[in-house]
Amino acid sequence: MRNYEVTFIVDPVLTGDEIKGTAQTYVDRLQSEGCKIVAVDEMGLRQLAYPINRRTTGIYYCIEFETENGVVVDPMELSLRRDERIMRFLTVKLDKFGVEYNKNKREGVIGKAKRTKMREQQEAAQKKAQKANQPHGDNLKRIEGIGPKVSEALKGYGISTFAMLAAKTPERIKEILLEIDADRFQNQDPTTWSKQAELAAAGDWDKLKAWQEDLKGGRVASSQSGSGEEE
Amino acid sequence: MASRDDIKFLSNPNIGSKRQKYCRFKKFGIKHIDYKDSDFLVQFVNGQGKVLPRRITGNSLKYQRKVSTAVKRARHLALLPYVTDLLK
Repeated sequence: MRNYEVTFIVDPVLTGDEIKGTAQTYVDRLQSEGCKIVAVDEMGLRQLAYPINRRTTGIYYCIEFETENGVVVDPMELSLRRDERIMRFLTVKLDKFGVEYNKNKREGVIGKAKRTKMREQQEAAQKKAQKANQPHGDNLKRIEGIGPKVSEALKGYGISTFAMLAAKTPERIKEILLEIDADRFQNQDPTTWSKQAELAAAGDWDKLKAWQEDLKGGRVASSQSGSGEEE
Repeated sequence: MASRDDIKFLSNPNIGSKRQKYCRFKKFGIKHIDYKDSDFLVQFVNGQGKVLPRRITGNSLKYQRKVSTAVKRARHLALLPYVTDLLK
């Protein structure tokens, strides 16, 4: 089984139907001779590197086919030569590497298709990472005493909304924090967090703010106090 | 006798050793060169459209010949010019 590839350039001044018709005649001709057509690639209108027959552009077609022996090639080339709609042609016999290369190219494993695919994959991964970073649920940092680290930790644990935080007792919250990371969170004082969360869940921002003013003053200084200044 | 660790130089003795040239097809296991891929082939061609010599591109003989035939086929199909001035 021999594999061949014939590339030809069709005159661009013809109508679209005529162009397609031209390519189709050769596909049909090959099929009628008993060849298996592996692929027909319309490479489209391209600028020629130098003028051919006083034309500067052409429509490129590439037909890859497989036959038992090479008898079909010469008559086909003869008809390509005689055909006035075809400006140039080239028939190439493909070795096993060529066949594999073409197969990979069609499947998008190599070449431009691969590069765009890789870029798309990277962008998708980036978007996913961004989404993961964005605050899902509520912004727990609005609670006095909860900074970015604590907020992340709670979200990772599963507490992502004010309502969920409000449902827990301060002791339970403390337990959870110690579970997540004892060293980091041992100085956290979650006494008022559930109450604050209650207000936040209810949407009572004014009350919460007023209360937080008090808390700021009377709170024990902790490593998370930086978040308070952000407010 | 001073050992290698004791000898210190004022400037790096490796300075001036050329970047190693290698055949990119052998190195990455590329077996087939597509004559239809003019963007790839333009790397092996100079600004005037001439094929670059092997001592410049670093290709092994086998692949330099394949590149050369691919460029010539591309020229036949007007994907690359035979002679020009402004290729790069």
